[in-house]
Amino acid sequence: MAEVLVVVEHSGGEVKKVTLEMLTLARELGTPAAVVLGGPGVAAPLLDRLGEYGAAKVYAGESADLDGYLVAPKAAVLADLVRQGQPAAVLLGSTQEGKEIAGRLAVKLDNGLLADVSALDGQGVATQTVFAGSTIVKSQVTRGLPLATVRPNSLSPVPAPATAEVVPLEVAVDDTAKLARVVERKVEPKGARPELTEASVVISGGRGVGNADNFKLVEELADLLGGAVGASRAAVDSGFYPHQFQVGQTGKTVSPQLYVALGISGAIQHRAGMQTSKTIVAVNKDAEAPIFELADFGVVGDLFKVVPQAAEEIRKRK
Amino acid sequence: MNIVVLVKQVPDSSAERSLRADDNTVDRGSASNVINEMDEYAIEEALRIQEAHGGEVTILTMGPASASESIRKALSMGPDRAVHVLDDALHGSCALSTSKVLAAALGTLSADLVLCGAESTDGRVQVMPHMLAERMGVAALTGARKLTVEGTALTIERQTDEGYEVVAATTPAIVSVWDTINEPRYPSFKGIMAAKKKPVQTLSLADLGVAASEVGAEGASSAVVEQHKRPPRAGGQKINDEGDGGAKLVEFLASEKFV
Ligand SMILES: Cc1cc2nc3c(=O)[nH]c(=O)nc-3n(C[C@H](O)[C@H](O)[C@H](O)COP(=O)(O)OP(=O)(O)OC[C@H]3O[C@@H](n4cnc5c(N)ncnc54)[C@H](O)[C@@H]3O)c2cc1C
Ligand SMILES: Nc1ncnc2c1ncn2[C@@H]1O[C@H](COP(=O)(O)O)[C@@H](O)[C@H]1O
Repeated sequence: MAEVLVVVEHSGGEVKKVTLEMLTLARELGTPAAVVLGGPGVAAPLLDRLGEYGAAKVYAGESADLDGYLVAPKAAVLADLVRQGQPAAVLLGSTQEGKEIAGRLAVKLDNGLLADVSALDGQGVATQTVFAGSTIVKSQVTRGLPLATVRPNSLSPVPAPATAEVVPLEVAVDDTAKLARVVERKVEPKGARPELTEASVVISGGRGVGNADNFKLVEELADLLGGAVGASRAAVDSGFYPHQFQVGQTGKTVSPQLYVALGISGAIQHRAGMQTSKTIVAVNKDAEAPIFELADFGVVGDLFKVVPQAAEEIRKRK
Repeated sequence: MNIVVLVKQVPDSSAERSLRADDNTVDRGSASNVINEMDEYAIEEALRIQEAHGGEVTILTMGPASASESIRKALSMGPDRAVHVLDDALHGSCALSTSKVLAAALGTLSADLVLCGAESTDGRVQVMPHMLAERMGVAALTGARKLTVEGTALTIERQTDEGYEVVAATTPAIVSVWDTINEPRYPSFKGIMAAKKKPVQTLSLADLGVAASEVGAEGASSAVVEQHKRPPRAGGQKINDEGDGGAKLVEFLASEKFV
């Protein structure tokens, strides 16, 4: 069976969940081969995990050139690999970096691009949800191989242990790929909460939360349920919570098992980022709030009464 | 510094949007058409750079005849002129073909800096700036929440999942901006009147030396083969809080095995 290249998303020496999802998907399409791109020594700590999820081969491109610039060098190395190996498909995470690499790869290979897919079958037919989750489309590449970015949380990762054989890649990057220099990379402490797009539980607060201090209520519920915290744009714009946690059309798209909306009206642009969540729960004091149209369970009430009671009840049950 | 701002017309995201039944392309009749919101932030950023450093600001749009409304609206914010790539053959173009056409148009404009939105609300692909940079051999600084221009040196700050990064390049370059970068101005009455007289140049595919077979449905590198409306989520249970709303909520969560 032909190889399916899975471009590994990683951070701080750990494989991100979307990569395990992609390896799981890749096994349906061919033989999964992971591609790790980064600075010297980047691959070693990732190997066990990649093998655990079925990567029989790990291509390792390790060079300061892959780390010190925005995506162009990574795209160059990948393009060479695709040209040499003729894989059955190439999968990347539907993250900022994944999409950017994919865009460049599409141009380099003159290959169609399937962005933000939630499924891809053996015939190369991808499933995508568009327009704030209102429309489902199936699409296909008509030129080249299936090149897709995969939306995090679209499937459950399933282990399939293999021993990862490491194949070093030669990294020769020309100057036009080195035009955007990373001058500084700042890691902000983020605590123990799971990452928003990868979390299986997301608790979001909106304007109804009232102020930044009250977001503690949202965080408390998130921690009790092992979830991530999200926010509506109104909450972000009002300075209640930082922008990187915004859910919606101009924020993150999340697809968790459970999404809890607290004091969020459910505007269409907010739904755009959470509509594909498996179970949706809402607390809102306005019985007419549109969020109730999509909530599997809704409480019409004051979140300052409902949320503390819920937190207390969960603590009791633990 | 000469700046070109890429502006895309999209169906209004607050309305019900759909794909056409006949050819699966975005139905531009189903919702009113507006400037892609993030592109307004790119226009604002261009105007601020022009105010500080001089030069000219040009709007570049590829889109159908109706896009001229968005072009006028963009010009009413303050840019000097616009270029509209308009050709019937463009209907149904994929992102890859769009980048080919925009790159060709940019080739006629010799900009020092190209600004665009980080993503469009209809496509949401976030790929255009890198596709263009790849074709043009210039730097792409994407997803800026802050942009600093000093002579030919450009520096951006961009949000990452881990924190943020600072990325630098020199002109010519493409910078895409996020909606956290600034607060776009509203067009003034004077601006709206002035926009009516600003030059809008129309370019066809022939003007750009791109063959019709390379774009549109014929030249597309990907195709929608099927579409259907997602069945609306059925609202589930809704209860009024009568002092036990929190407890009931947890009962529901427990029944779904979340606690
Ligand atoms: C181009 C564009 C892009 C956008 N992108 C996004 C995006 O990415 N994400 C996003 O979220 N929005 C986005 N928006 C904004 C969106 O249209 C809404 O304005 C926003 O989602 C509203 O946020 P909200 O629900 O928190 O605030 P509101 O709409 O003000 O709702 C607050 C809700 O809280 C309830 N409430 C108040 N007090 C309490 C209480 N004590 N207890 C219980 N409930 C209470 C109220 O009944 C109300 O329903 C975008 C808009 C545009 C035009
Ligand atoms: N047809 C177009 N005409 C002009 N600019 C465009 C067009 N398509 C995309 N862009 C620009 O590219 C940005 C990113 O778009 P996208 O890659 O579609 O998410 C948009 O915000 C626009 O600035």
